[in-house]
Amino acid sequence: MALLEVDDLRTHFFTREGVVRAVDGVSFAVEKGKTLGIVGESGCGKSVTALSIMGLIPKPPAQIVSGSVLYEGRDLTKLSERQLEDVRGREIAMIFQDPMTSLNPTLTIGTQITETVRRHYDVSQKQADKKAVELLEKVRIPRAAERLKDYPHRFSGGMRQRVMIAIALSCDPKLLIADEPTTALDVTVQASVLDLLDDLRHEYDMSMIIITHDMGVVAEAADDIIVMYAGQVVEHALTLDLFDNPEHPYTEALLGALPQIEGANVREGRLTAIAGRPPDLHDPPKACRFAPRCRYAGNDDCTEHEPQLREIRPGHWVRSAHPASERATTLAPQQVGP
Amino acid sequence: MSAAQDPLLQVTELHKHFPIREGWLIERKVGEVRAVDGVSFDVMPGETLGLVGESGSGKSTTGYCVLQLLKPTSGSVKFEGTELTQLGREDLRRMRREMQIVFQDPYSSLDPRMTVGDIVGEPLVVHGIGTRRDRTARIRDLLDVVGFNPSYTNRYPHEFSGGQRQRIGIARALALSPKLIVCDEPVSALDVSIQAQILNLLKDLQRDFGLTYLFIAHDLAVVRGMSDRIAVMNRGELVEIGPAEEVYTNPQHDYTKALLSAVPVPDPRAMKERKAARRQLRHALSES
Repeated sequence: MALLEVDDLRTHFFTREGVVRAVDGVSFAVEKGKTLGIVGESGCGKSVTALSIMGLIPKPPAQIVSGSVLYEGRDLTKLSERQLEDVRGREIAMIFQDPMTSLNPTLTIGTQITETVRRHYDVSQKQADKKAVELLEKVRIPRAAERLKDYPHRFSGGMRQRVMIAIALSCDPKLLIADEPTTALDVTVQASVLDLLDDLRHEYDMSMIIITHDMGVVAEAADDIIVMYAGQVVEHALTLDLFDNPEHPYTEALLGALPQIEGANVREGRLTAIAGRPPDLHDPPKACRFAPRCRYAGNDDCTEHEPQLREIRPGHWVRSAHPASERATTLAPQQVGP
Repeated sequence: MSAAQDPLLQVTELHKHFPIREGWLIERKVGEVRAVDGVSFDVMPGETLGLVGESGSGKSTTGYCVLQLLKPTSGSVKFEGTELTQLGREDLRRMRREMQIVFQDPYSSLDPRMTVGDIVGEPLVVHGIGTRRDRTARIRDLLDVVGFNPSYTNRYPHEFSGGQRQRIGIARALALSPKLIVCDEPVSALDVSIQAQILNLLKDLQRDFGLTYLFIAHDLAVVRGMSDRIAVMNRGELVEIGPAEEVYTNPQHDYTKALLSAVPVPDPRAMKERKAARRQLRHALSES
């Protein structure tokens, strides 16, 4: 059984302007000890998906209108706030993008780590302090014992993210959700934080969900990847398979739009931009949500019938009427024409 | 690019130090931050020099000093042979027609109370170019060139997405037909698919108008694709400069190597090797 199973999750925001279907039919599973990557551009629903799992969406305006989030067989969407508090931190921990704002500036690092420990375990302050030092050492913060008394502003961005990771690990969670954990960091710092997460994942035998807009980050960190677009999963595959044989026109386009660091003629060449921009989720396209930007979109099959997520080959799921491996046959007749 | 050509821009031993002040009532200078600490480079007409570095490396400060938006502490900035650091206000204003800037954040670099047309036309008004009617025509041309629907000139910036706003910012930079544009992280606030549109646009404009770019960014992949030559900055100093190809395939300085090995590339197979390489490098750097 998978550790976490999300099935047909729909989180909508009920605003004065209408219903925003931020997450609209998202399903995936996270196996024990594996890392799932969720990639997509801003507004695709990747963060709302994570917050829905944790029960952290602002209600109102947001509401989970359907679907389930099974964690070890328990449906988290059905739990009370009190029950959820026992799950958060203890079972599932989360780290956020911005380490500058997710720590409380008025409390020492030590206080912030030990409060989590003492919330979930029945230990003395002294034992909690000892645990905090161990944790800071685990995330490779030098002079850990002294630094417990420091306030967050004394730490750099990378160091703060390490503190956040230490807090997340403080109760040995089985699942760590990292929402853009390195986006605010410089590239060399990002690399060391990703390396740290990778080491800790093995050490703590955790599963991980890593949410990012950066294809490079998932290429490095994830075992399998889901690509989200306009509130839906459009592709789900093992990491190698996704990069070797992307099926969805959006995934292909996204990979084509990335500037390459290696290779000849990058200076002369042009990037394959994706025309237009993501749809307004107040009123998304009725059928395929990518159709208006898709170079393969046909007539009725893309604008009339909503494509379902289907398994195009074992372990590779795609939501498109024109996945790459079926395209040669579907497009051939059109290419003959003038 | 012929060797005999004179550089469009010559920066020599540029320093920009910011004082650190302390004290209550009577402040005194207790030290200084050497944001830019002896940077020299040339930019040839029509070329793009990429300036990369991490936050705090001094790359943006260098860009501002080049345009005299910040007054350098010392050093020389020559544009077509004219020493900019010695120019008076009025001369500098005239020189600014030749040098423009595109900022990072399309959300805060456009005045929310001005219409798109006024934003793009403002440089023309400031420099007293053309009649009102000429300017209206010019604004429409400019917007058309950057792929922004010219019929939206009477709208306000907040009505548009990040990519569209950046197009407005670029149109404004082009208004005076400058020779040099300093692009300060022009795409770092944008999503990948939109980023590609803007990068392509900047390349097209360079080709069509013979622009010279000083392209400042932290994203090494973005800089690689845009630049003929690349300069790497770290802690206010230029650690390496050379043709893009060479700097990326055969970096000389350890910092450049560390920077390059840290970039996550969208290739899971290559990532494994890179990961091993960068762990080694980080170790080497921390020792030194």
